[in-house]
Amino acid sequence: MPAELHNSFPLRRARVHEVCGAADMNFAAIAAPMHGPLLWIRENWHCDTLNPFGLMPFLDPSRLLLARPNNQTDGLAVAEEALKDGAFPFVVIAITRPLNLREGRRLQLAAKAGGTTGLCLIPDGMGSNAVETRWNVTPIFDPGREDSTLMRWEIIKNKSGTLGAWNVQWDQQTDRVHVVSPAGERPGSAHAPG
Amino acid sequence: MWFPRLASDRVLRTRPVDGPFALTLRSNNTERLYCLNTAAERLGLTRGMSFADARAFCPDLVSQPARPDLDARFLAILRRWATRYCPWVGRDGEDGLILDVTGSTRLWGGEAQMLEDMRDRAMRAGFEVRLGLAGTRRAAWGLAHFGQNGQQPTDLPVAALRLDDRTITALQRLGLRTIGDLRMAARAPLARRFGPELMKRLDQALGHLPDPVMPERDPPHYGVRMTLPEPIGLTEDVMGVTARLLAPLCEKLKAQEKGARKLTLTLRRIDQGSQQVELRLAAPMRDPNRILPLFERGLGEVDAGFGIDQVRLEAALVEPLPFQQIGTRQTAPDQFDDLITRIGTRIGLENIQRFLPADSHIPERAFAIAPAAFSSAQGGWATLRPRPLRLFPPEPIEGAGNHPPERFRWRRMRLTTGRATGPERIAPEWWFPDDNWRSGIRDYWKVDTREGRRLWLFFTPQNPGWFVQGEFS
Repeated sequence: MPAELHNSFPLRRARVHEVCGAADMNFAAIAAPMHGPLLWIRENWHCDTLNPFGLMPFLDPSRLLLARPNNQTDGLAVAEEALKDGAFPFVVIAITRPLNLREGRRLQLAAKAGGTTGLCLIPDGMGSNAVETRWNVTPIFDPGREDSTLMRWEIIKNKSGTLGAWNVQWDQQTDRVHVVSPAGERPGSAHAPG
Repeated sequence: MWFPRLASDRVLRTRPVDGPFALTLRSNNTERLYCLNTAAERLGLTRGMSFADARAFCPDLVSQPARPDLDARFLAILRRWATRYCPWVGRDGEDGLILDVTGSTRLWGGEAQMLEDMRDRAMRAGFEVRLGLAGTRRAAWGLAHFGQNGQQPTDLPVAALRLDDRTITALQRLGLRTIGDLRMAARAPLARRFGPELMKRLDQALGHLPDPVMPERDPPHYGVRMTLPEPIGLTEDVMGVTARLLAPLCEKLKAQEKGARKLTLTLRRIDQGSQQVELRLAAPMRDPNRILPLFERGLGEVDAGFGIDQVRLEAALVEPLPFQQIGTRQTAPDQFDDLITRIGTRIGLENIQRFLPADSHIPERAFAIAPAAFSSAQGGWATLRPRPLRLFPPEPIEGAGNHPPERFRWRRMRLTTGRATGPERIAPEWWFPDDNWRSGIRDYWKVDTREGRRLWLFFTPQNPGWFVQGEFS
């Protein structure tokens, strides 16, 4: 595969990125920096909650602050404020309606001003044109390991680089992702059952 | 000073009633009379009587529920008023004030004139007041409650010593009816019979033992205001005035080692309309340079109309904020608190939350969510088994038996079980009634589907059924 993961990940700082797919929360937890507080903005009407114990393999839940705005407009305002301020090096925003170019651009400018990284969790197909990169992250069945976190990370938009797709595995001991080499996979095991 | 009908006088001041009036308070599941006016007392009603009985005696009784909290606040106001007579004023019980007038009576032309002035002013304000003036605090109390005109403290009944009922009855059976009798009696047998408390009270009443008046201090007031000769309307001008008000307020906070948690800026317009800008801070603060920019957003929304001519700034909520050593604390937390305050003015400070670990095996209750501004981060996160990243209310799926189903449908997806890990049995906490756990114990399984999703399923053996409660990724 020509594209290398380390060219695009860790996410470029002072930019806003997007992620969609079933494992978007995992991606957000993995993409968060090792130290410093995190802000996770999520509207308060969602009935499912983030589980701090589920975050534990990826990051320390006491570093996390949740903001629960009433609607997305408030959420974006909070995100812009937080990105511009720079007190949180990493801000996660759960998006529920597509951003227009102006909103996306404002987030991008705020991230640039504060030197912080933003990550939008978007539903499929609701991307904004202003983002730096967009990822599609799906979990993959791994017959080999019981505690596996095998995922397929696919970069589907990249403003300054090439697209690519990797199968990655989170390693809790070393706190980093390992790219599982496609050669190491048995053919067809990841995609088609049996 | 004793206000025998403080509560009912307070209510009647704002809403005069001709005829019997009573305040009722609910105690022991019955409405009882709490305080009455003279008209009601003349009709034979007494305090502590049940309200239903009182209505039977006196059908045209006007009543209102009592508010002891407002009464207490009112007494505090009276206490402040009473400092016009002397600086040394304390509260005495729920309906009395005690003044140490030593040295200040001559300012009023003597004791009698002073009492006359007190009585006169209280009467004009609509209060019944009984006054007692004596050399000691306890004697004055006795005179106010039990004394008639011209009585000496030694003529008072023994009840004036604030003894309990049994002691009073026993003393009366011994023929000791007044304090004077008690004083003449031999001390040793009395002390042996009634304990040292009685002799202590007697000594305090007669001035042999000290019994000082405890004056209360006025609580510090954190408010400043500025009245302007010409109305202003520009945002920069209002910010300038706010900056000038913040400086003395923060000085005062600093002197008292306090920090403001909530600030209210009241802007009065020349047409007498007023607007408030409220600022809730994520952490107590008293640095004017940091507070001022936080007002920007609130002031931007103010409609100045024809102009603002009075600005009032008050710290509505203060918290202790001791001085700190310079250099030990980094500046990062301050920046952090400022940001939380700014966000909090937009979405509400309680909507910025953090996770705190809680002591429970139930997955939903193993963590608590608390407002970040009122809690601090805690460590101590630990689990024995991996937990899903996302939790949702249980969603039923079809399935039978105590092993996870081979194939199932969840959220309109057709999934095939690739590997199931489990079970992990979690029993409900019977000491918490929880509707979600009515179905009894749960066996949790982690199911890796061949389609990729890793789900957290549970089976309820006592009410057979399968549910999805979480997703690992």
